[in-house]
Amino acid sequence: MVSPMNQNRFILHEKEYNEFQSILKKLLIDAYAKVVFLVDKNGSLLTSAGETEDFDTTSLASLAAGNIAATGGLASLIGEKEFSILFHEGQRDNMHISLVDNRLILVVVFDGRSSIGLVRLRVRRAGEELGRILKAVDETAEREEEGGVIEELTEADIESLFK
Amino acid sequence: MSFINYSSREINCKIVYYGPGLCGKTTNLQYIFRRMNPGDRGKMISLATETERTLFFDFLPVSMGEIRGFKTRFHLYTVPGQVFYDASRRLILRGVDGVVFCADSQITRMDANLESFDNLRINLREQGYDPDRIPLVLQYNKRDVNSLASVSELHALLNYRNVPEFEAVANTGVGVFETLKGIIKLVLIDLKKGGR
Repeated sequence: MVSPMNQNRFILHEKEYNEFQSILKKLLIDAYAKVVFLVDKNGSLLTSAGETEDFDTTSLASLAAGNIAATGGLASLIGEKEFSILFHEGQRDNMHISLVDNRLILVVVFDGRSSIGLVRLRVRRAGEELGRILKAVDETAEREEEGGVIEELTEADIESLFK
Repeated sequence: MSFINYSSREINCKIVYYGPGLCGKTTNLQYIFRRMNPGDRGKMISLATETERTLFFDFLPVSMGEIRGFKTRFHLYTVPGQVFYDASRRLILRGVDGVVFCADSQITRMDANLESFDNLRINLREQGYDPDRIPLVLQYNKRDVNSLASVSELHALLNYRNVPEFEAVANTGVGVFETLKGIIKLVLIDLKKGGR
């Protein structure tokens, strides 16, 4: 559950989006990464930073979420709550995937200019900051239970998609 | 769980195609992929076995246009239909906003349809959903085969909630977009209502 008041939706406003974005940009620089992504556990991309034009970001988000879901399933089979960090080593590029507050997925792609140790260190710090913003998202959701664009949707709006 | 991004002005929702093995879930997504304007859909990802049976999921992101200045994007997933992949099916249902249950119209597959439908209800409950309230449409696929069950038989077997139902021949595209539109409408109406 991401939003305590609206269990079936996660609403991200401009302010928190920008804060996520600036943490990702800082992580990108501090970890000497090529690209970083922030994804929700259901596979939607929240934001990214770095050389994203070379990536199919939508597919990457979906597969990262699938990866976390599958390893989470494996973890529970051996009595672990979760595997909070995944690391995939390639010939050229590597991928570090970690969970933030068991709700968001932080993906860092890096090459030989960086190292797994440095990435882990920087990710830990970024994860704490992302967690703080996530709390702010929750608090905003509690305050603004109603009144967004969704509540104003009419059936005519929905029908207009299919004309 | 839908994701509404006010910064990029996007609404993202997750739709899962569920049903017994070989009922045509992947075929639905393949048809949508082939027929949609490439600008309105992303790549289709299939995590399948060497014999092209779905191993984990298929994934296809599609855009359906704007509502009140918000782009609407739907992430379409299929589950593996074979009975022994139940752990994977449960994972894929996480965060789902709407379900298409794809039934196989062949008379010989009625038990498989029922077993898969019961499995859907169990897995939804395990993920914290009420199977009687989640947006759901039924697709009766393979209407072109011999020895098929009538729509009223399928209705009696599966449609106790009286949700929208569509006849389809997914490999030629009959009923595929009607089904997709049906579930998208229900998902958006549910989103507007604000929860399950």
